[in-house]
Amino acid sequence: MSGTNQNYLTHPKGIMSWLLTLDHKRIGLMYLFGGLFFFFIGGLLALGMRYALATPEADFVTNDQYNSMYTLHGAIMIFLFIIPAIPGALGNILLPLMLGAKDVAFPRLNLASFYLYTIGAIFFIYVMISGGVDTGWTFYTPYSTESHTNVMGTTMGVFIIGFSSILTGLNFIATVHKMRTPGLTWYKLPLFVWALYGTSLVQITATPVIAITMVLLMLERLLGIGIFDPALGGDPVLFQHFFWFYSHPAVYIMILPAFGIISEIIPVHSRKKVWGYKFIAYSTLSIAFIGFLVWGHHMFTSGQSVLSQIIFSFITYFVGIPTGVKIFSWMLTMYRGQVSFTPPMLYALSFLFLFTIGGLTGIFLGAVALDIHLHDTYFVVAHFHYVMQGGTIVAFLGGLHHWWPKSFGKMYNQTIANICAIGVFIGFNGTFFPQFLLGLRGMPRRYATYDALGSEELVAQYAATHGSSTFFSGILGLSIFIGVMNLLWSLRKSNKLDPGTNPWGALTMEWTHTTSPPHPHNFEEEPVLEHGPYDYDKVIVQPTLKK
Amino acid sequence: MSHDKSSPDHLYHHFYDVDQQYETSKLGMWAFILTEVLTFGGLFVAYTIYRAWHPDMFFNANLLLDVNKGLINTIVLIASSLTMALAIWAIQLNKRKLSLLMLFITFLCALGFLGIKYVEYEHKFHLGQLPGEYYSYMGPEVVQQIHDQEKIDSYIASNNIFFDKETNRLYTMNNPHIFFSIYFIMTGLHGLHVAIGMGLIAWLMVLTARGRLHAGYYTHMEAVGIFWHLVDLIWIFLFPLFYLIG
Repeated sequence: MSGTNQNYLTHPKGIMSWLLTLDHKRIGLMYLFGGLFFFFIGGLLALGMRYALATPEADFVTNDQYNSMYTLHGAIMIFLFIIPAIPGALGNILLPLMLGAKDVAFPRLNLASFYLYTIGAIFFIYVMISGGVDTGWTFYTPYSTESHTNVMGTTMGVFIIGFSSILTGLNFIATVHKMRTPGLTWYKLPLFVWALYGTSLVQITATPVIAITMVLLMLERLLGIGIFDPALGGDPVLFQHFFWFYSHPAVYIMILPAFGIISEIIPVHSRKKVWGYKFIAYSTLSIAFIGFLVWGHHMFTSGQSVLSQIIFSFITYFVGIPTGVKIFSWMLTMYRGQVSFTPPMLYALSFLFLFTIGGLTGIFLGAVALDIHLHDTYFVVAHFHYVMQGGTIVAFLGGLHHWWPKSFGKMYNQTIANICAIGVFIGFNGTFFPQFLLGLRGMPRRYATYDALGSEELVAQYAATHGSSTFFSGILGLSIFIGVMNLLWSLRKSNKLDPGTNPWGALTMEWTHTTSPPHPHNFEEEPVLEHGPYDYDKVIVQPTLKK
Repeated sequence: MSHDKSSPDHLYHHFYDVDQQYETSKLGMWAFILTEVLTFGGLFVAYTIYRAWHPDMFFNANLLLDVNKGLINTIVLIASSLTMALAIWAIQLNKRKLSLLMLFITFLCALGFLGIKYVEYEHKFHLGQLPGEYYSYMGPEVVQQIHDQEKIDSYIASNNIFFDKETNRLYTMNNPHIFFSIYFIMTGLHGLHVAIGMGLIAWLMVLTARGRLHAGYYTHMEAVGIFWHLVDLIWIFLFPLFYLIG
């Protein structure tokens, strides 16, 4: 059969066969490289800011440039990398494979969603060229209606990328419901699918609200509709409500897929059946739901009533329950398993550590009294990065290492990958743990300089802490860069795996039923389900890594 | 589900059979409808908040809208929903010509709706009942005697209006410009949906005329039908909320 040698990377050939492809795996790869490009840009901006903050004075960038840097760093990382990266890249490549389907439900819509992402990205590039934007990624009114920087371009970009996100979510929901291979019931789905499903539900219900909010903001700037403008009888706080009604659930759009990746990596690399399958599956859905009820905790200082503060604070703590259920389930999965310290597993382990710190400091910020003290300080910055970078990006890197041999049929140098994973862990903690201390001592976020913030002694303290944070951010940046380069270096021609390789000995369908890299139509024959995704107690499968 | 079934040419390669394809498309459409509801949901929230804050302003400003035109539009749109449903019913029975006729009537209703909306908008633009800072309507008496400065001053004094010298514009303390902001955004977004719906219905007419849609395959029409009923339903909420507050 001639089909045995075909794979989706080389068949069909030609640039147009990529640009017009309807193959979910190719679209996923295009998302992956788009996302990595913006990860690089956003990372450079972050390192630039860390460099500027190493000394108290302004000596590297002007204040305006600094404002632009943190705004673009936030907006690019969130809208162009974190939100699309896991669902758009890994989700697209893996979802149909995990379901035993030939493609996602709506392949053309999938391609359209990638091009919407591209158009949004072009808007962001245009903003960067035209002098940046200085509102912060939150676009709070009334400043965002008055700022002379390119707010229009940025909001337009966010608006368009929002639609890309909605279409991906819609596509995945229809795919999970209707495209499963016969016999693959809901409780036999890999947990990554559950995570993508929960994410998609949030994407299609929360994203339209940010879309309409961006429209209102643009109209406010163009026509002065007055809805957010107090001079015209409007209310700027309403913008915050609208914004966080999306952007809090958006945090779960970013973290839920990461939970899914961890739920895949840990059982495979511990050779043990996942503990509490249904607990993990349902905790995903309950996080997705509770996420809609807590947006007010971003606004404790914006003048909402004490009653709503207490209610929002109370509901916020509920998020901790399903999240705790997940963390404990993963730990119990590893308990008495054969844990191997492969690169994906190292990332998963650092995820557990970093995300737990991120989650626990979230409890600090969820308490009204403490939040009013910590609001707008580096404590918030540190908490957010522990959740988003320590959580989502570390999980993304773990997932990338886990499924890299599946996607490309190539294995990277595992020693270098392990060193980078440890480098990320050390660099990350060194960068962001000091920021908790900075925040507790009152250092406000978004300041370009801090030489005039207080006594000489205090400034010296700030400078020392910022300095060490900057030093470790270099290690962090370098580790991620080398880690990704190590992956890309594996793509060289001489380096090929046997198509039947199952390097980690996984039991999910993308490993057991198709080749690496997969056939253009995913499966050469209709896949027949023989076992559950984590049946390590019933099926003996050995990791096969042959050159 | 099996591959033995002869696969018709409207079956995409990644589905097992026509039923799966139909069910999937329908589910996708419903998910999209949910998205639409949330999009308008944000605006309904804005409406609710400002109406709760300024009930008098909403009442007074609502008197400036033309209830008759709104009512006609409501009837036109409900009728178009009926003809849309009939078009689907007809295609299910393979009555292509009847289906085509029903689609055409639906299209005309949509056109009529937008025509009436245009007349309404045009009138408001003319009077200066515009959103936000472009709002300049001062009430019927003042408009007639615009040259009489004293009259304007007394009107301003008695109606809680203030004059912003910087922007050279009149604002009333009751913020009817906010009412009109919300009115124009909500009806405008709805009007955009009607226009998109017209494009989709025209596309359905082409497909039906070419014989691409028939009793065995009418997914496109079913999906557009769901969308069109949503457009109708949103108007059913907009009409009383803007025109019938009194």
